[in-house]
Amino acid sequence: MTTHYLVLSALLFAIGAVGVLIRRNAIVVFMCVELMLNACNLAFVTFARQHGNLDGQLIAFFVMVVAAAEVVVGLAIIVMIFRTRRSASVDDANLLKY
Amino acid sequence: MGETVTFWVLAVVSVSAALGLVFSRRAVYSALMLGVVMLSLAVLYAVQDAPFLAAVQIVVYTGAVMMLFLFVLMLVGVDSADSLVETIRGQRFWAAIAGLAFVLLLALGVGNAAFSPAVGVEGAVKEAGGNVPALAQLIFTRYVFAFEVTSALLITAALGAMVLAHRERVRPKATQRDLARARFAGPQPSPLPGPGTYARHNAIDMPALLPDGSVAVKSINRVLARHDLEDGIRPTDPEKAALIRQVIGKEKAGEPDEAAGEAAAGEGFRVEESVAERNPAVESPAAAQGAPAEDGVAERDSAVAGHDREAAQREEGQ
Repeated sequence: MTTHYLVLSALLFAIGAVGVLIRRNAIVVFMCVELMLNACNLAFVTFARQHGNLDGQLIAFFVMVVAAAEVVVGLAIIVMIFRTRRSASVDDANLLKY
Repeated sequence: MGETVTFWVLAVVSVSAALGLVFSRRAVYSALMLGVVMLSLAVLYAVQDAPFLAAVQIVVYTGAVMMLFLFVLMLVGVDSADSLVETIRGQRFWAAIAGLAFVLLLALGVGNAAFSPAVGVEGAVKEAGGNVPALAQLIFTRYVFAFEVTSALLITAALGAMVLAHRERVRPKATQRDLARARFAGPQPSPLPGPGTYARHNAIDMPALLPDGSVAVKSINRVLARHDLEDGIRPTDPEKAALIRQVIGKEKAGEPDEAAGEAAAGEGFRVEESVAERNPAVESPAAAQGAPAEDGVAERDSAVAGHDREAAQREEGQ
C-alpha cells in the first residue's frame, strides 16, 4: 500500500509542477504550488506510517504552517501587483520596479 | 480491504480534480478543484492513522487557505480568464513532457524500492495515549526549536502581509461636514429616486417611473445597466432600452449627464469611504470595480471632485 500512496503523491506533485509551468494567472500558479505542497505532505504521512514513528506527521504539520504563511504573503504580493498593473498575469510582471 | 477501496476512490477523485485544477480556464473552478483535492487528501490522512493532520488539513487548508484564495480571486476579478496565447514557443508541450518524465522517474524510483509491510504508528502513539498527545510530546521536546521558529515565521508573515497591503492616504479623509457640504453644493441634495418606484415591480434593475409614466433617468442603476448592456440583456420595453443605452452611452463617451453624474459621484464617495473605514486593504479593488482608472490613487478623483471644488471656492473667497 505504501507504494500506491507514494505514486499518488508523485502524480499530484507532477500535475502541480506542470500547472506552475503552463498557467499564466498568478493565483492559479499559487494554487498549483499548494497542490505540490499537499502532495509532499501525503508522502510524509505515508512514510511516517511505513517507519512507525510520528516525525513524518510532525513535519507535514510544519509544512502546513509554512504553506499558510506563504499563501498570506504571496497573495498580498499578488494583490499589490494587481493594484499597480491591473493584471494578475505573471507575464505582465516583467519589471523589478513599478 | 476498506483502506484499499478508499484509496482507489480517492486517488481517482484527487487526480482528476488536480487535472481539473490545471486545465480549467476559470480561476474559480480551479479553486474549487483544489478544495476537492484537499478534502480527499484529508480523508487519506485519516485513513493513514493521522487524525490530527486530517483535522488540520480541513481547518487550515480547505478553511483558511481556500477562503483566502477565493477572497483574492474576487478582489482581482473572477472573470479574468487566462489568455491561451503562448508567450514562449512550445512551452505547453515541453511542460507536459517534463511532467510526464517527472512522474515516470518518481514512479519508477518508488516502484523499484522494496517496502516491508508498514509498521504503523500504533506503537509510537500507544505510550502517549493517542495521536494528538504523541504529536504534542514531539513538538514540545524534540522539535521545540522548530516550533519557536514557526512562531517567528507566523508573526513575520502577518506583518509582511500588512505592510504589503497597506496604502498611504494621500488626501485628507472627508468628514461628515465635508460630505454634507458637497452634497448641498451639488444639484441634488435629496436622495436619488429608488429603483422600481411606481413601476410594475421593484427589482433593483427596474427604473422608477415619473408621474407621467416616463422613465426617471436618475433611478437607473448604472452598474447593473452597464453589465446588462455588456451581456446583451435589454429591458423588454424598447423605450426603456433606448433610454438606458443613451444614458450609458453618454457616460462611456466621457461626458456624463451633469446632474446624474454629480449625484452618482456623491453616492459612490459615501459607499467607498465606509468600505475604506472598515478595511483599508479592500479599498482599492472596490474602487477599481467602479472606475477602471490607470492610477490607483486617481480612482476616487471623480468622487472627491465635489470636495475639491468646495476647497477652491473657499480659496477664491479668501
